[in-house]
Order: sequence, then structure tokens, then C-alpha cells
Amino acid sequence: MEVSFKILRFDPQRDARAHWEEYEVELEPTDRVLDGLEEIKGRLDGTLALRRSCAHGICGSDAMLINGRNRLACKVLVKNLKQPITIEPMRGFNVLKDLIVDMEPFFAKYRSVQPYLIEKDAPPEKERLQSQAQRERFDDTTKCILCGACTTSCPSFWSNPDYVGPAAIVQAHRFIFDSRDQGKEERLKVLNHGDGVWRCRTVFNCVEACPRGINVTRAIGEIKQALARGKV
Amino acid sequence: MSTSYGSRERPSDGVELYAWIFMRISGVLLLVLALGHLFIMHVFNNVHGIDYNFVVARYGRLFWRGYDLAMLWLALIHGLNGTRTILDDYLRPPVRGFAVKSLYGIGLIFLVLGTWAIIFFQPTAGRMM
Repeated sequence: MEVSFKILRFDPQRDARAHWEEYEVELEPTDRVLDGLEEIKGRLDGTLALRRSCAHGICGSDAMLINGRNRLACKVLVKNLKQPITIEPMRGFNVLKDLIVDMEPFFAKYRSVQPYLIEKDAPPEKERLQSQAQRERFDDTTKCILCGACTTSCPSFWSNPDYVGPAAIVQAHRFIFDSRDQGKEERLKVLNHGDGVWRCRTVFNCVEACPRGINVTRAIGEIKQALARGKV
Repeated sequence: MSTSYGSRERPSDGVELYAWIFMRISGVLLLVLALGHLFIMHVFNNVHGIDYNFVVARYGRLFWRGYDLAMLWLALIHGLNGTRTILDDYLRPPVRGFAVKSLYGIGLIFLVLGTWAIIFFQPTAGRMM
């Protein structure tokens, strides 16, 4: 099938501002948006810049705005989209080139919640045991692939770039509710201010955007409750 | 774009936490108080029958002064905090600081005026006739 793409292009060395360019490519209906973009880059215009790695919805490299919604290009079939398929870089970050945005502020916020196991006791001789119920408590937030789709769909983040953002909160949740972790207080402290969890206005864009189906707003709400109750 | 985040820990004063808790508690209380107010003023009484004498009779009892005082404080601070949140979202420094301070100023004036009226209201004998 003939598929038309409309891509927001920006080359900082050449363009004063972003502009739309249109492409027509021949694809199978079962091809994904990423296949279309690679077809464009490989056959029509090699200057198109985009991030991709695993191409199977796991690495989280190719999150972009597809027909106005944050999606992973490798997880959306072209037959399910209205044409022309509009492609834009994620909102809220500086665009480096075309679909590539500067993710550094995103990862700085990710690092700020200390997304690793913190242990204050001496390490156990064998593995750290955990019941199924204890594991279930944070199961949803283990699914995050750090694609940035949630954070860049959040109006609170668009208006306040200092907002820690849903993705970092999801990562904090993953450790705060982990029975093996002992760094809850530090993480809760990092999130307990105006640019932490309290910046969330429960717009739910993040839930809609997450390609992993994580209930992000619920996770943020659970952290708010933990702060209000003073315990996890 | 700020990139300072993550390089240092942000101080946590807990103000936003208390504001969040206040919004939830006041919201529930206001649901009861405001619905009660609505029914008393518009359903159980005819709005055309509410006059100075009605207020005098009502404010003869301490309970109704307390009721109105609670509603005034909760509704005003609830609304002010909501507006502060919106200003916080849409404005940037230095305009934000000015707008929020003005909001607090206006809120304080209404809070004092309303409290003054409720506490110090004295029926005037002449007008009760």
C-alpha cells in the first residue's frame, strides 16, 4: 500500500525553524511506522535523523509524536493510522535534529530519584527473598523502558521543565515499594516538593501515552499517599 | 531548559504536601457545608424571603456563625490555593511571584473582611422592626 508521511524536519545547521516535509513510500499494511521511516531514510532522504535500536518495543529509543500522540514507532502498524501519518519529535525537549531530542534533562531527573537498590544493612549471604505479594506491589512500574513518552505528553512538564516528570516518578515508585530497598526516605524527600510529585495535576496523558501500559498516574498517586501518611 | 535537576537534592519544606492534604479535607467538608447552605437558602427557604431579619435570626445562634465562618475560611483558602496552583503552572518568574503575592494579599483582605462581618455582626434594633 501507498503510505504518505508528513515529518517535522529541523536541521540546526541549515534551518532557522522546523518545517514539514512530505514523503510517499510503498509499504505492507502490516509494516510499522518505523519501517516507513527507515524506508524514507534508506531510499528517499538519508538526511532524516531518528533514534532506533531494538525496533521491538523494548529499548524505548523511538518514541515520537505519531498523528499527535506519543507512541513508539516500532509498535504502531501503518494500516491502523490515518494518512498522511504526521511525525514530530517529542514535545518539551530541545530538538537536536529532526526526531532526535536532547534527553539529558530527562536522564538527570531519572538519576535524581536514585533508581537503584539502596541497602543499609550488610548484604545477605544468599539472595534477598521476597514474597509474590511483595513483588506484585511494584510490578506495574518495573515495566518502564524510559522512552520518555509519558513525560513529554505531560502538560505540567511542558509548562515547567523543572518538574521531575512521570517517568522519574515511575522509577522512584519501582524502588519505594520494593520490600528489599532501604532508600525510601531519600527518594520520598526528593519527590516531596513543588516540582516533585505535587506538580502532577492528574491529567492522565501519561497513562494514555505509555507504550507499556503502565498506570503512571496511579503510581504517582500512591507516592502522594505515602507522603501524606508518612509511611509506604 | 533546566539541566540543574539531579545535580543536587532539592530542599523539601512540605508546604505542597500540606496544601494537598488541605485541599482534600476542605473539599469533603465544603461538599457538606456548601450543599447544606444551598438547601437552606434555596430549597427550605425562599430566596425572596431572605432579608436582614432572616440574617439577624440566624446569627442569633452561635452555630450558624460558626457554620458560615468555617465555610468562608475553607472555601476561600481552597479557592486561593487552586488559583495559586494555576498561576504556578502558567506564569514564570518574576511575574509569578508578583501574581501569587497579590493573590495572597487579596485573599487576606477578603478573609479579614468576612471574618470581621461574621464575628462582629450586631443586629441594629431599628432595622429589626
